[in-house]
Amino acid sequence: MDIGTIAEKLNLKLMSAPDRKSNNVTGGYTGDLLSDVMANSHEGDIWITRQIHQNIVAIATLKEHAGIILVNSCEPAKDALEKAIRENVPILITDLSAFEITGRIYNLLHSGT
Amino acid sequence: MNPAVNESENKLQTYTFEVEGGNFNAAGTVSTRIKSILKQMQMPDDVVRRSAIVCYEAEINIVSYAKRGTIHLTVSPDKVIIEADDEGQGIPDINLAMQQGYSTANQQIREMGFGAGMGLFNIKSYSDKFDILSEVEKGTFLRIIIERHIS
Repeated sequence: MDIGTIAEKLNLKLMSAPDRKSNNVTGGYTGDLLSDVMANSHEGDIWITRQIHQNIVAIATLKEHAGIILVNSCEPAKDALEKAIRENVPILITDLSAFEITGRIYNLLHSGT
Repeated sequence: MNPAVNESENKLQTYTFEVEGGNFNAAGTVSTRIKSILKQMQMPDDVVRRSAIVCYEAEINIVSYAKRGTIHLTVSPDKVIIEADDEGQGIPDINLAMQQGYSTANQQIREMGFGAGMGLFNIKSYSDKFDILSEVEKGTFLRIIIERHIS
């Protein structure tokens, strides 16, 4: 399932990289500890986090994540958004909590609902 | 053994990157460069993945705890060597620092999601060989080897 479809189905606000809506999401990872995300997430994951600073863009680039979802309506920091635009990394915002959005994405990826 | 293989085994490619202490804005750029170099060299996915993880942790440690440092990459057909050498505060008790969850990171570093006490532990877990030398108020030197496992 691609980023654009997930954004539409779950009412996510896309903040950067609109031409990357076709990025295929093959899994997901939820976490705010950067070493944990670095070690345990995979290429193609959508990363769900509460961190908003620009290092999330570095990690998403390095791990080749499909995109980043910020939870609880958190906006990315200005420099994080600028970096995401520059490096073409999709950042999306949800008003849901990490628990809620993770569950919904899990269902979408595993049963399409 | 085929002599052509021997010859290619002796080929080493080396790269050196500077890392600025305290500059969290640039943190991760060296790791991203190293990953793309290894990909271009068509190293196997697991070697690229493990190298990226250990390099990122080494880079973040320099940014978090040192004034400056260098990361030196050596690639041969059968392994990747990553050496991180910094001028910084050093580590008083390496055994303690190696324990998962132990960290001396300040509050600011922790709030960013770093300093969870996983850095050196992850480097050890994802490498095939890991050496660390440190001197308090001088700096720390890491040598990490990631082997290409021939299947």
